[in-house]
Amino acid sequence: MYFDSLRALLEMDGHGFYVWSAYGISLLVIALLVVAPFRRRRRLLSAIRAGQQREAAAAARRTPQPAAGSLSSEKESLNAPRA
Amino acid sequence: MWTLFHKFGSPPWLYRLSGSILRWLLPISLLALAMGVGWGLLFTAPDFRQGNSYRIIYIHVPAAVVALAGYYVMAIAGGISLIWKMKMADVAMHAAAPVGAALTFIALLTGAVWGKPTWGTWWVWDARITSMLILLFLYLGVMALYEAFDNKAAAARACAILSLVGTVNIPIIYKSVDWWYSLHQPASIKFTGESTIDPSMLYPLLLSIIAFYALFTCCLLANMRAEILQRERRTGWVQRLASENH
Amino acid sequence: MTETTAPGAVSFCLRLLRRQLTLAIRRPVAVGNPLLFFAMVVALFPLGIGPAPETLAGFAPGILWIVALLSNLLSADGIFRSDFDDGSLEQLLLAPQPLYLSVLAYVAAHWLVTGVLLALVSPLFAAMLDLPVVAWPSLAAGLFLGSGVMSLVGGIGAALTVGLRRGGMLISLLILPFYMPVLIFGTATVQAALDGAPVQPFLALLGSMLCLSIALAPLAISAGLRISVDA
Repeated sequence: MYFDSLRALLEMDGHGFYVWSAYGISLLVIALLVVAPFRRRRRLLSAIRAGQQREAAAAARRTPQPAAGSLSSEKESLNAPRA
Repeated sequence: MWTLFHKFGSPPWLYRLSGSILRWLLPISLLALAMGVGWGLLFTAPDFRQGNSYRIIYIHVPAAVVALAGYYVMAIAGGISLIWKMKMADVAMHAAAPVGAALTFIALLTGAVWGKPTWGTWWVWDARITSMLILLFLYLGVMALYEAFDNKAAAARACAILSLVGTVNIPIIYKSVDWWYSLHQPASIKFTGESTIDPSMLYPLLLSIIAFYALFTCCLLANMRAEILQRERRTGWVQRLASENH
Repeated sequence: MTETTAPGAVSFCLRLLRRQLTLAIRRPVAVGNPLLFFAMVVALFPLGIGPAPETLAGFAPGILWIVALLSNLLSADGIFRSDFDDGSLEQLLLAPQPLYLSVLAYVAAHWLVTGVLLALVSPLFAAMLDLPVVAWPSLAAGLFLGSGVMSLVGGIGAALTVGLRRGGMLISLLILPFYMPVLIFGTATVQAALDGAPVQPFLALLGSMLCLSIALAPLAISAGLRISVDA
């Protein structure tokens, strides 16, 4: 550790504001960059699910029998990665 | 070889592969970033001329290096999509643009913040800064062109052409900006040479650069996964995927 | 050759060029617009930065080049626009003649009615901004070569955006970065003439950029046109 104390680390001989703000903003941008695609993927998946439920409900209204067999038949092929 | 190539064209295969890559690459790259940045921030000695402000180098240089490399990744993906009509290369190209633009932005911003204590001004029309600004414009141009098309297949091909034109032009732009700067170099600002960097400062920098490359790959893959889902939302495998994980 | 009735590639190109020029001359106001724009923006600078002759003369190389760049940019949008709208571009893409040469004819027509014309009248505007007479020939020569590069690069942007309804602003964002080397060496040419330095190296650089863009830009333009027509 180069700095003696937390205070020295934060101040960095007067350059602390510049160094820490540069790091802060950069890490914020990187965090947004990393999180955004995961959020987008989750939103898409839930939108697709909502569409499926709407369609299922519409199908149920048209024909009274439950039509759930087609969706759960082929589960083995996709090991869905889930964060 | 060709079977692998064809596999890359298959969205479900790529989606699963990128998922399993991300699961170990993302933690590793975040750890490497934390280590590189922490090492640079906490354990290295200050520069004898610039003092502690030089510590910005551990985020400025990696961002700049990877931002430039990202443009070539985007252009190569665009070239592949143009030549072999590979849809997944389109996806990669479109996924690379925002990541590259964000990294260019980080490089410019940290450069400006670094400039204030070092040169006494936020912004200098220095050759490298100006080139990075032009790189940002090139990224934003590709993104704007993509958004302008309603037909996304045409958008991808148009962006591929634009990014290829950009790759031809980037060396010319860099050389001319460099030359322009040497012509107008103001005498008041002295730049420290980079050639003499102490190993104790170099190793955290290298680690940080590797971490940025890895993070770029992660963001690229994660963006690609979202984009693949968006494009394939009507297909059976995406429907099954959505119904499976609640 | 199997198609004996179709004209050869070169004569086809010359016909295209003549057609474009005829179309341009039939609407002289459209040809005059970039020049008028140039004159108006040049008139803005003394209002904006003050009328002192020495200040103006100092900024003149940059001002003249930037305004030339902007007027070229604004007219670049129209290179393929009308032919795209009336469908003759689609015919051109189906024609047996190489598209490389055909798009070169379109760009050459644009260059002749904007860039070359601007280069010819540039001494007038140079005089208005108090640029010394020694720099006038190099300004005109630089504009002559540089506007060729700008028309070719602008053609790429025009080809990519011709199918879009709101292409006007977008084309500027796409191609302005590619204009920057031309701007740098164009102003350097004028500056060299002002300083009494030899201008040939800069003109040679502009000429080599022109050669490179003649070689490569038509490829990008034709690919862009195919995308825009398909989309």
